Amino acid sequence: MFLSYLLQRITNAIFIVFGITTLVFLLIHIVPGDPVEVMLGETASISDRKTLRESMGLDLPLFQQWTHYISGLIRFDLGNSLHSRQAVSEMLLDRIPATLILSISSLLTAMLIAFPLGILAALYKDTWCDHSAMFVAMLGVSIPNFVMGPLLMLVLALWLGWLPVNGSQGWPSLILPSITLGTALAAILSRMIRASMLEVLQEDYIRAARARGLKPMRIYCLHAMSNAALPVITILGMQFGALLAGAVITETIFSWPGIGQLLIESIEKRDYPIVQACILLISVTYILVNLLTDMLYTIIDPRLKLK
Amino acid sequence: MKTAFQSFAMLVFLIWVILATFATLLPLNPDLVMLDKILIKPGFAEWLGYDDLGRPIVDRLIMGARTSLTVALIVVTISILVGTSLGVLGAWLGGVFDKIMVMVIDLFIAFPGILLAIALAGLMGPGLMNAVFALSLVSWVGFARLARVQTLTVKQCDHVLAARALGTPVKRILIRHVLPLIMAPLIIEATFALAGVVIAEAGLSFLGLGVQPPAASWGNMIRNGTTYLLIAPHVVLAPGFAILSLIISINMLGDRLRDTLDIKEQGNMLK
Repeated sequence: MFLSYLLQRITNAIFIVFGITTLVFLLIHIVPGDPVEVMLGETASISDRKTLRESMGLDLPLFQQWTHYISGLIRFDLGNSLHSRQAVSEMLLDRIPATLILSISSLLTAMLIAFPLGILAALYKDTWCDHSAMFVAMLGVSIPNFVMGPLLMLVLALWLGWLPVNGSQGWPSLILPSITLGTALAAILSRMIRASMLEVLQEDYIRAARARGLKPMRIYCLHAMSNAALPVITILGMQFGALLAGAVITETIFSWPGIGQLLIESIEKRDYPIVQACILLISVTYILVNLLTDMLYTIIDPRLKLK
Repeated sequence: MKTAFQSFAMLVFLIWVILATFATLLPLNPDLVMLDKILIKPGFAEWLGYDDLGRPIVDRLIMGARTSLTVALIVVTISILVGTSLGVLGAWLGGVFDKIMVMVIDLFIAFPGILLAIALAGLMGPGLMNAVFALSLVSWVGFARLARVQTLTVKQCDHVLAARALGTPVKRILIRHVLPLIMAPLIIEATFALAGVVIAEAGLSFLGLGVQPPAASWGNMIRNGTTYLLIAPHVVLAPGFAILSLIISINMLGDRLRDTLDIKEQGNMLK
């Protein structure tokens, strides 16, 4: 039962990856803009253009280009940069660690903010504590990261001088981007944790634990939290895509040398193969993370496996 | 307390809408360059100060609100029309059409929307129209999914079955008997989509892919101002707080609508 569900989810994911690959391919080829012109400049002669076009396979019918592209992908060949002629896969590998570090640390930052906020709001429901926590959460969802980033930079880096302004100065330079990127997620999570915690606190086993005279701290942290965390995992998986997309803007603000910055640089230079590869990488990561959370969810909650 | 906040939010939202609507009638000079006023700080006579080219920030802020809300209105309207039609038709017709609909919806949902918009706007070249197109292309999906699920439920309702049995034309059933019942969640979705599109447009403009200078947009004002963050923070702070106030007010209105248009209550009304 569990296995067939897993198999179905995996086939589904493969179908979606395939669909996105094709969608991205079509987008790049339908959208106006000539890679040959990008490479040679507007002044190039017609015969030069023709030679280059043929050598790149751009004169072939669309379907044939597509099969080339797909067969390349299967061999992890993402083509070469139009500008530096460097292999796109190498360029991506260079940038992946930075984005990975940033996303993980944002995720941790978000959880570090959301759990105390959500739990406190649930425990002290309808008090000023709850109201102010939820107001902070409302602020958090409403502030775009391109406002949050400059604001943090201004106050914490420029005015107070506590933290470095941007990338490449060791772990302290990770703090501002992580808060910037993690804020929205923290806000969504804390609402979710509050709702989930409120539901769990009504359960019989919590009342039983109270009746047994367990310390409140132990009840909340052990009995309530481990159950309230379940729906939160799903949200984490779903929001990871938003996090990755937000990384594009955050990396631009803080000159963080990750995939997002590469994407924006390549868009400005009209370097299509890199743009295509970046979008593909982010989407595939997103789909994989969702698949993993689904599986994790089933493993953590044994009740689902029994059904 | 909560209602007081919500009324305040309503007021803020209305002020922005009125300013945006009548922006062209106001004596504004958003593009007037005054070299003697470059980066002048906010004050009593200077209002919100001047930017790096000596242009008045208040004027640009109001024109920016106009850009922002116009884009949001167009994108949400297109999305709601296209998304709802496709969703309702998919659920109503079923069969192959619905299967394809579900596949397309799944595909788009599996894709971080703003990323697709960034890529599209980037590849088609920066510009307002391209941004509108890119944002519409990713925003219709939410409405389609919602409309489809809602229609599937309403389709089974007795009054719809009765209408079908009486031979009412499909068009009339959909417009008179289905749409009114699925409107409430769609309106709530539209409110949050409005906030989403405002942020997305500003985000695109911030990345240099949306509204192009010298036209004013909150996004490109922030982009412009980050260069002068240390010496003239007001150039970033003004549009930053403007967008924050608009988004908070829209989100609070959405929450209010969700409370008043509660779908469960509507279910009770049907009985």
